[in-house]
Amino acid sequence: MTTFEAILLTIVTASTPLLIAALGELVTERSGVLNLGVEGMMAMGAACSFAAAVTFDSTLLGVGAGILAGTAMATIFALVVLGFAANQVGSGLALTILGLGLSGLIGAPFVGARRNPVEAISIPGLSDLPVIGRLFFEQDLFVYSSILLTIAVAFYLGRTRAGLVVRSIGENHTSAHGLGLPVLRTRFLAILFGGACAGLAGAYLALVYTRFWSPGMTAGRGWIALALVVFAAWRPGWILVGAYIFGAATVLQLHAQAAQFGVPSQLLSAVPYLATILALLLLSLRHGRAIGAPGSLGTPFVPDR
Amino acid sequence: MTADVSSSRPLVELKGISKRYGDLLANDQIDLVIDRSEIHALLGENGAGKSTLVKILYGVIEPSAGEILWEGKPVTISSPVEARALGIGMVFQHFSLFDELTVAENIAVALSSDWSLARVRARLGDISRAYGLALEPDRAVWTLSAGERQRIEIVRCLLQNPRLLILDEPTSVLTPQEAEHLFVTLDKLAADGCSILYISHKLEEVRRLCRQATILRGGRVVGTLDPRAKSAREIAALMVGTEVGEVRSGLPHQPRGEMLEVRDLSMPAGGLHGQPLHSINLSARAGEVIGIAGVAGNGQSEFFAALSGERTASRPDSIRIAGKNCGTDGIDARRRLGAAFVPEERLGHAAAPTHRLSENTLISHATAEVSRSGFILLDAARRLAQSIVRGFDVRTPESDPQARKLSGGNLQKFVIGREIIRRPKLLVVDQPTWGVDAGAARLIRQALVDLASEGSAVVVISQDLDELFEIADRMAVIHQGHLSPLRNIGEWTKEAVGLEMLGEAQVHGASHAI
Amino acid sequence: MGRLMRFELTPRASIAPGMRALAPILAFVTSFLIAGIVIWLLGRSPIAAFDVYVIQPLSDPWSIQELLVKATPLALIAIGLSYCFRANLWNIGAEGQYVVGAVLASWLALRTHGTDAGAWVLPAMIVLGILGGMAWGLIPAFLKTRFGVNEILTSLMLVYVAQLLLDYLVRGPWRDPKGFNFPQSVTFDPSATLPTIAEASRVHYGAVFALVAVIVTALVVGRTLFGYRLKLTGDAPRAARFAGFSAKSTTLAVFAISGGLAGLAGISEVAGQIGQLQPSISPGYGFTAITVAFLGRLNPFGILVAALVVALTFIGGESAQILLKLPLDLTQAFQGILLLCVLSADALVSYRIRIVGRGGGK
Repeated sequence: MTTFEAILLTIVTASTPLLIAALGELVTERSGVLNLGVEGMMAMGAACSFAAAVTFDSTLLGVGAGILAGTAMATIFALVVLGFAANQVGSGLALTILGLGLSGLIGAPFVGARRNPVEAISIPGLSDLPVIGRLFFEQDLFVYSSILLTIAVAFYLGRTRAGLVVRSIGENHTSAHGLGLPVLRTRFLAILFGGACAGLAGAYLALVYTRFWSPGMTAGRGWIALALVVFAAWRPGWILVGAYIFGAATVLQLHAQAAQFGVPSQLLSAVPYLATILALLLLSLRHGRAIGAPGSLGTPFVPDR
Repeated sequence: MTADVSSSRPLVELKGISKRYGDLLANDQIDLVIDRSEIHALLGENGAGKSTLVKILYGVIEPSAGEILWEGKPVTISSPVEARALGIGMVFQHFSLFDELTVAENIAVALSSDWSLARVRARLGDISRAYGLALEPDRAVWTLSAGERQRIEIVRCLLQNPRLLILDEPTSVLTPQEAEHLFVTLDKLAADGCSILYISHKLEEVRRLCRQATILRGGRVVGTLDPRAKSAREIAALMVGTEVGEVRSGLPHQPRGEMLEVRDLSMPAGGLHGQPLHSINLSARAGEVIGIAGVAGNGQSEFFAALSGERTASRPDSIRIAGKNCGTDGIDARRRLGAAFVPEERLGHAAAPTHRLSENTLISHATAEVSRSGFILLDAARRLAQSIVRGFDVRTPESDPQARKLSGGNLQKFVIGREIIRRPKLLVVDQPTWGVDAGAARLIRQALVDLASEGSAVVVISQDLDELFEIADRMAVIHQGHLSPLRNIGEWTKEAVGLEMLGEAQVHGASHAI
Repeated sequence: MGRLMRFELTPRASIAPGMRALAPILAFVTSFLIAGIVIWLLGRSPIAAFDVYVIQPLSDPWSIQELLVKATPLALIAIGLSYCFRANLWNIGAEGQYVVGAVLASWLALRTHGTDAGAWVLPAMIVLGILGGMAWGLIPAFLKTRFGVNEILTSLMLVYVAQLLLDYLVRGPWRDPKGFNFPQSVTFDPSATLPTIAEASRVHYGAVFALVAVIVTALVVGRTLFGYRLKLTGDAPRAARFAGFSAKSTTLAVFAISGGLAGLAGISEVAGQIGQLQPSISPGYGFTAITVAFLGRLNPFGILVAALVVALTFIGGESAQILLKLPLDLTQAFQGILLLCVLSADALVSYRIRIVGRGGGK
């Protein structure tokens, strides 16, 4: 394997958790809810999945625990934001803080433990192709799932009636309510899905990316996932592209530092964030208002009866 | 949708429908009959009871008395779902659309889950061709004109095979060409057996479309007739009544210098449902009350925003207050010139609902005696609020309450008092007594007249014709963003006003100050 | 599919005045109870924990000073945030504004390092700190007023950019050549250091700035037209326009103030507490300050109290780690629980909630 191939493989590993978490947040935001708690949910996913995997010596159970943890956190968020119509920005941040702290508590007894690598699954024949063979067709289940998830989310949002309902509610919850669509129930399910994805992404981090738990291991990936959703103008296909761009930036800046290019590594690391701001700017210039964003994003829904 | 030949029974009959809200009788013993394949008009001014009646028919509200017969059988319609099940569809004035979604998606989401996008697309093609409702299924709604958006609402109804289609003021957002297009569609629908209930205040449309019209005034039916068989004057008279306006008591005053001059003011529409203004000319002199009559939605709010400075004009000289050009100035500058403004919406615009009355005085007094070098003088604000409360008989549940705790009439007295107490040279008021009890309304009108007799110029925009006849010295009518010529109040008759409101004026176009 | 139970929210017509003040207290008590359960689940005594977290730090003069030191940046930043939040503008980037303020001011410290510069250095640094934070805060504000771009994401993205900038500077051009290759700048000269308020005290003048900010803000919010303008913009934007207040200039103003105060907190910490630039000059003050702002219900004195309370949990957490082997993560978790309780309590005060059963009424 050449260095080039090795780099490509690490890009895949770096991008997968971003992709999964961003897809979940995409669905949540499409329904009109801004969830700033992704980072905390991801951390909980990482801690709980690692704890379960080590305790029961089962990666599968670990993954399940991670998803459950993310969903549980999301349930709290949904209760506060939908049930109490509390401020979404503050509530999301509270969940992040809670998740980071709680995950530290849960993961503490397992610091130092290590898990074995998750096996890659190769697709016979295809995986022997040069360069792309190993890259595309010899990955673990998580990576394949992330691609399938992208396709599934794209299909769900774009081609199913349920997805149409979600998008309508996110676009204009007043019109949606006027037409009799179930605003709160749809948002509740969308939030749970987002939490589950964040938990799954965390599980990937702890079980595959590093194969151990350490405090702070999410390292802001939840925030990047949030940025990704905006960068992709709320479209699943572009989230895939964006996740790999951001993942590549993360990996390349390490190598650039080692290779001692003239450009400081921090500048490379800053590219995704600057790119997000630029993307937001371009989006709103194109249409004269912040386009692409679901119309009722972040506004609490209080039906007037 | 084939016509039922065998039955000469009407499709729907409303018998003795009444709706009471406390003291107010919004609908009083209304009888209405709609035949199959008929386009039936419901005519009346604002407040005549049209919306209430239609909401009853569509199941949004319940009648206090009376019955509804559908195809001869009594029915109760307790929700829009039940109305739709019967075969009643409604196109509201304000659309429930999703800007970022496509036409097909907007239609599909409003229908039941049997309607896939593919099915919508297929039927859309048929319906478009049959009724001239051209729509491209994959265009995003935000790119569409008002007329096209309305077509989506109509198609939403048509795909559910209605027997009766109700349209509420459908041409209020359409250009004349789009309106004509709509009429062609409605004619075809009726020919295919769908009855139509067409709510409007525009006489020319009603005559173009309908052979039957029911006219409401003050909650009652004042006439059921064939609009083509009667003259415009007769219909206008029915709509607005023929009583002579009360002669206004009070000292006749000599109008003096011009306080407000509006010269050739044109403004683009502010949004989707906005109304552009076209070459408006107006003058108001110190000591007189100018009335601006018109049915809601003809540009009153836009005109108010242009006068107040909440929306600025393109030329400084298009608006002059107290002799100074201020067309491009903001509301602050205009207040400093001695102008005062009272908008239509009390809570949220004229006053902040959760703020106390003393704080609400700051909204228009910031440059005056309740603040100094950026600091609020809390005591002065409280005292000011108290003097307004005393001077204008504002009933408050406690001292210095939140604005939202006051009743409509009391809050309106406060809001108007807040401006009058400044002794402005010019006062512009939009709907001074809308939603206000009779006692408060009387007080407010007297206050406006008194202000004028003390030397201010007062401009009153109102949908209440009686009110304008009572207090105005001169009056003009606003219609579709155009302002009619000003005439002395004595030269107006209610019929003439009604005609202007309906767009049937003899003289139209840019007017001149008199 | 049948309708399961759902929540129904109706705004309360009137709110008893006592309830508004009671809400944070109730929230606090609730969060303590929840934290107590978590502690018990971790196998420790909740009573002992309460003693270590709350009682002990308050009974020792040294730790009271620590309390003030920790509360200072929280209060400063939260006060600034309250301006934005009042006007319904969400500045999530205070952490970045803090860093940029510190960086800009430190430039002067490094420039004059070793020279016998004089008494003007420190005040100039403070001004630079404020300006740096202000400029960083104006970027999302400008993007919002000119292009309508959502300020939450732009301000947040700029946090990372700021942190990367700092990282670059301390590892590169500003690294102390005699620092054994550690990523840190030279230690600031005494002329570039913020003094303590008393000889033996640990509390530096940043605390004074914070106190001044609290008092000035209380005045501004309660008594000035500008404060009223913010309140009106947040509560009734249409009335604000009717009153002649331009939404654009309000946005720019509050971000400038908020950024400036965050920048001030940044330089105060660096020049008062840390004494040099490092890759990490904040344990997340910019984000914790958001919690403080909400806890204090955007009221300056409430924020002061909230900052002290949150600082208390930090300090209590540190001793709990030593005495009871309770990890610091618990403090963080507690802060999250507290914020959730406060936000929920706030909503419960404003709305009446009913749980409607199957096929609930229309």
